[in-house]
Amino acid sequence: MASVVTFLTRTRGHKQADWTDYVSYAYLLMGIFLMFGPVLWVALSSFKTQAQLQEFPPSFLPYGQVTAEVEGYDAPLLLYRVTLEDGTERVLAQVRRVGIEAQLVDPDDPGELVKVNINDRVPVREFSVAWSNYSELFELFSFGRYLWNSVFITAISTVIMLVINSMAAFALSKYRFRGRMVVFVLIIATLMIPPTIVLVPAFLVVSELSLLNSPWGVILPGAATPTGVFLLRQYMLTIPDELLDAARMDHASEWKIYWRIILPLTAPALAVLAIFAIMWRWNEFLWPLIVLTQNDQFTLQLALNSFQGELNTQWNNLLAMTVLTLLPITLVFAFLQRYITSGIASTGIK
Amino acid sequence: MAPFRGIVHGALNLLELPMRFAQRRLGQQRIAWVFLAPNLLIFGTFTFLPIILNFVYATTGGVNVLPGDRPFVGAENFNVLLECQNYLDPNSCARDTFWRAVFNTVTFVILQVGFMVFFSLVTALILNREIRARGFFRSVFFYPVMLSPVVVALIWKWVLQREGILNAWLISMGGEQTIWLLDPNWAFFWAVFVSVWAHMGFYTLILLAGLQAIPKDVYEAAEMDAATPWRTFRRITMPLLMPNMLVVLVLALIKGVQTFDEIYVLTGGGPGSATKFMVQFIYETGFSVQPQLYGIAAAASILLAIVLFALTLFQLWVNRRNVDG
Repeated sequence: MASVVTFLTRTRGHKQADWTDYVSYAYLLMGIFLMFGPVLWVALSSFKTQAQLQEFPPSFLPYGQVTAEVEGYDAPLLLYRVTLEDGTERVLAQVRRVGIEAQLVDPDDPGELVKVNINDRVPVREFSVAWSNYSELFELFSFGRYLWNSVFITAISTVIMLVINSMAAFALSKYRFRGRMVVFVLIIATLMIPPTIVLVPAFLVVSELSLLNSPWGVILPGAATPTGVFLLRQYMLTIPDELLDAARMDHASEWKIYWRIILPLTAPALAVLAIFAIMWRWNEFLWPLIVLTQNDQFTLQLALNSFQGELNTQWNNLLAMTVLTLLPITLVFAFLQRYITSGIASTGIK
Repeated sequence: MAPFRGIVHGALNLLELPMRFAQRRLGQQRIAWVFLAPNLLIFGTFTFLPIILNFVYATTGGVNVLPGDRPFVGAENFNVLLECQNYLDPNSCARDTFWRAVFNTVTFVILQVGFMVFFSLVTALILNREIRARGFFRSVFFYPVMLSPVVVALIWKWVLQREGILNAWLISMGGEQTIWLLDPNWAFFWAVFVSVWAHMGFYTLILLAGLQAIPKDVYEAAEMDAATPWRTFRRITMPLLMPNMLVVLVLALIKGVQTFDEIYVLTGGGPGSATKFMVQFIYETGFSVQPQLYGIAAAASILLAIVLFALTLFQLWVNRRNVDG
């Protein structure tokens, strides 16, 4: 026990690498494997055809069996490397399989039928990428529709959230009006009421407002967030009030002060909130699941969920769709990870 | 991006006139209410009104959505949920699915939070050491936090499937093929595993921030006194990290009790009801299973709210203590 702790707690200032460093790096490398491995595996699998996906054990990279167009046969035939009785090896195209016997022909000379035991033939394989998994999403699964729904909801609700939350934060940080504390406490109190516990009545409200099966039924309820108001208010408190007084001297209206002076100065906090808002909306699941029940209104998350629930899951398309859904968030993360991780460490929101 | 910016700018500019008018009518301080209005309207409609309505639903029965059409039943819904001959045996309860969900949630939360805190702490301690590429490794552990619950569930479903890579690896090591998600115990294990996998990066960050805030000279002083690493950890690191540990613990509890998305997509609550938790019970009772028993669902969500409320009060108390101390 003590040695484990020795290893975990030794910090800084060690010039020489000792065994604790090796264990640390081993742990971190295992972390890379465990955190990225499954995602990478899904990404690799998404380039395989349905037939390749059913192979067991699976191959690491998308290798497909080579086919050949043979004169006299409509469909392309699968190629096999066959060991004949005299010991020679030839590449032949399989016409059909009867029990344990395979009937093959020479692709260049399809006249003569060769019959061999199925154990004497090995598939000819080559690296091939099944782009059709992706193109089919647009042709057969109205992926474009789901993508548009997700993008629309994410973009609009992020903008609305930034505007109205910063307005509320502005009011709460720069004005002394009666009832200010009451409003602030009320907003903070909603932090305690996660959406999961008002599902039933919130559903009624949304349906009474005829917002069921409308993107606005997802956008509006999520537009006001206590976290956002709180984060922005704390930031605006650091902006000196003298700036406002100076602007009022110049006869700027309060609205102009808000969006010409305060908003630009709040940009760093707005950026952090924007990243979170995009992440929240893009990934949201339970509330859209309740509000959006018609297929053509589905977001990507709902579409993924409904496809995986089908009896015959078409994993090749489902995996491609999973990759396309995680791609935008992965890109956002890759470029902004420094801001995201420091934003979370300083605010503690998720 | 530019046209988008233009639209937002234009819209904000258009509001100048009505806002000037409002300012003339209300004066310079009361205009604050206009700034607050959109937020308060949305909070009122989608949060405060539902809180009140939740009590209406919880005390009325029937299958109608409109509160006016629902007969008053008093505490009947709560009685149905809480009626048990033996509280330790879900089968003896009137709503055995509810109690099974309660038991599952409690077990899940204890295991999940335990593993979460443990692995976050170990990872944060390692990331706090003098290592190369700390920023990169920090991101590695954080990456799954960004992924959507549905994507997380599908990734693991693909890894765990009968002819998936995990089984292939096990067989190549001489192990046995297991249908992970159809065995109740394994399904529960993977529910805990996947949810720790998906969220531990977040808690690691909070703990790492706490570790980096500990002043270096405290450790230097300890080294001067020739304190053993174990003693340094017990007497310096742990006490100074305690505030962050408590925050992590409470946040993980609050989130853990509300677990739904990942597990719902991963296992569907199954096999049987082995991985069915509270929120899934509420969702199914109120929305996906016919007849839709809104009253029962609302009553269950009020019970859940009480638990969350207690946890949040605990969190506030913890925060206050940290600020004071």
